[in-house]
Amino acid sequence: MKSALKVTLGMAAALAATTAMTGVSQAEDLTLCWAAWDPANALVELSKDFTAQTGIGMKFEFVPWTNYADRFLNELNSKGKLCDLIIGDSQWIGGSAENGHYVKLNDFFDKEGIKMSDFVDATVVGYSQWPKNTPNYWALPAMGDVVGWTYRKDWFTKPELQKEFKEKYGWDLDAPKTFEQLKQVAEFFQNREIDGKKVYGASIYTERGSEGVTMGVMDVLYSFGFKYENPDKPYEMEGFVNSDKSVKGLEFYKALYDCCTPPGASNSYMGEGVDAFKSGQVAMHMNFAFTWPGLQKDEAVGGDKVGFFANPAGPDGEQFAQLGGQGISVVSYSDKQESALKYIKWFADKDVQAKWWSLGGFSCLKAVVEDPKFPDSQPYAKTFLDSMAIVKDFWAEPSYASLLQASQKRFHDYVVAGQGTAKEALDGLVKDWTEVFEDDGKM
Amino acid sequence: MQDLTGRRPVVTDTHPSLLDRTMEAAARATPEPLATTVRGLSDRMVAWIFIAPTILLLLAINIFPLIWTIRLSFTNYRANRPNEAVKDIGLSNYARILTDSDTWMAMQTTAHFVLWTIVLQTLIGFTLAYLIDRKFRGHAVWTTIILVPMMLSPAVVGNFWRFLYEPQIGLFAYIVSFFTGIPPTEILMLSNVTLAPWAIVIVDTWMWTPYVMLICLAGLRSIPDYIYEAAEVDRASNWRQFWSITLPMALPFIMLAVLFRGIENFKMFDMVNLLTGGGPGSTTEVASITLKREAFEKWRTGFSSAFAIILFVAVFGLANIYVKVLNRVKSR
Repeated sequence: MKSALKVTLGMAAALAATTAMTGVSQAEDLTLCWAAWDPANALVELSKDFTAQTGIGMKFEFVPWTNYADRFLNELNSKGKLCDLIIGDSQWIGGSAENGHYVKLNDFFDKEGIKMSDFVDATVVGYSQWPKNTPNYWALPAMGDVVGWTYRKDWFTKPELQKEFKEKYGWDLDAPKTFEQLKQVAEFFQNREIDGKKVYGASIYTERGSEGVTMGVMDVLYSFGFKYENPDKPYEMEGFVNSDKSVKGLEFYKALYDCCTPPGASNSYMGEGVDAFKSGQVAMHMNFAFTWPGLQKDEAVGGDKVGFFANPAGPDGEQFAQLGGQGISVVSYSDKQESALKYIKWFADKDVQAKWWSLGGFSCLKAVVEDPKFPDSQPYAKTFLDSMAIVKDFWAEPSYASLLQASQKRFHDYVVAGQGTAKEALDGLVKDWTEVFEDDGKM
Repeated sequence: MQDLTGRRPVVTDTHPSLLDRTMEAAARATPEPLATTVRGLSDRMVAWIFIAPTILLLLAINIFPLIWTIRLSFTNYRANRPNEAVKDIGLSNYARILTDSDTWMAMQTTAHFVLWTIVLQTLIGFTLAYLIDRKFRGHAVWTTIILVPMMLSPAVVGNFWRFLYEPQIGLFAYIVSFFTGIPPTEILMLSNVTLAPWAIVIVDTWMWTPYVMLICLAGLRSIPDYIYEAAEVDRASNWRQFWSITLPMALPFIMLAVLFRGIENFKMFDMVNLLTGGGPGSTTEVASITLKREAFEKWRTGFSSAFAIILFVAVFGLANIYVKVLNRVKSR
């Protein structure tokens, strides 16, 4: 009887302790929200160290890119408590700062000695600051990303193709340095038979639903001389968005789509681009840098078969690339802000950032990317560095979604559906964007 | 023993039936206070008690959102800017929608879809129903096979057809190529501005024709045989029987099917979203896609509320006119 009592008391104590521990663990667990993609898996791996060091458990809420903005902007707008930490897209920063979704991090950075000057300048402006170019920080640069290109090095080095290309275009077949060269390479490969299979020139962004065609078009327009506004008079877009240079850039993008993309590639974005490259359909592939580690490791097209190059220069030698990537922020509706800030402090550490890069994430810390060994650390590392030095980003205004939808429509109507002219598309875009800023009371 | 209404049950047998015994047990089990309370209620009150939960639910999930949407449609409210002051802007949203060329383009696209899907589904659906109604050998198996597309989820159908339409690996392109000689890579069903609207019409027709067939079949089966027998006696030809008996008597059913499909296709979203996302360009951007973009991508909540009300009034008005015509046809 006595032993039975002991057993019962022991079990009750164990049960009570387990319940209490579970309670503690649940109270400390942080939920991090991000897109469902390869770097997210790397972050899960990396965050195990944070849990080991602090005892704070990490839960993750990853949503596919197609629903990423809808899902998490809904969550933030409804003041939801699902996410304690969020890695939000760079364009959300204005809206999230002005609407109070993110915790302002200036005081925290000062207290913990985290300096924004330690991070790549473009990523600080792109992912952390609002208003832009002011010392108001709402996120820590987390995942550097930029649009660049991959190409089939094994095809480019085939002697018979090199010979034919040189005869036709007068220069050596290699990674293109200008958009003119890029189009020539794409034309050369379009409908060519290689290893018994018909291949195509290039995979470019044409997606209509979210942001695809805008990211692709902008990636080209910047280098042709496109500017969002008058540098001396904010929000004045006439003559800048629809300048002659911008018109030429948009015409170029349409010409590239018409001449050199695989059949039916009218709604193609990151996933479709990767599929086209991996399946050996295209010679070149426009995509964000986050796809590069996966392609490098791919058995069919990776290793020595793949090469990387930064966005080529435009007709006047200007060279820019569309910024991607995100910063990590603390959600102001979270009840666990203290623990969330601990995570940010841990994530900003140099060793953690170095491991982040080694696992497949793209660190924005200068100490990592400016390390002399960095360019040789991965085959794509130098291209990533070169690309990050030439980035430009889309509007990050609170109305970015309306601005983006307008450009999606205007660009897709012209590039894919072939409606109207490039000039009409850009004039229409100025009209749409002006309307949005007027609604916002900014004009 | 009294029942719930206070009346004594009529006992007609010395051996009570199972029903009587159950009722008696239920009456005994009813707590006295409740029985007394219920006893004092009128039939109307009891009826209200029974339907009140449903009415409350309808008010909460249908009527309140509708009233709230109407209210929002007169404001500049944006759901993604909770800290911004909401201003009353009168009829500005309505004026903007009704004078916006893109909105009219979306309405025209919707009208084309509704028209062509209804025409094709009605013609094919009625023809199939007429054939199935002949009761040939194996007609039950064929009925089941024909009904399969209707039972699939639109998400499955959309993705499935996206692959079928794929110009490089899709079966559809290869079949068309086989019969026409056009290379499959040139059959761009979802990328070509001319073909893309038809690609969606084909999929919607494939999926929903069985539904129209089912309703038409119900109509055909409801025609009494003696009418045909009388027509046979009068030596009416098959053609004459079809025009004078089958079609007029099945017409209310056909019209009902048209009404259901019309309302559904006016709201068409899932299929278009999955197949083309409104593209290429805006060639397949139906009203529901525009509405979704305004509401959940641009976050113009007030504007999209006004658009939703306009769509609601349009569907409701057209459906009412149609129902009146349908009633007139039925009463003939």
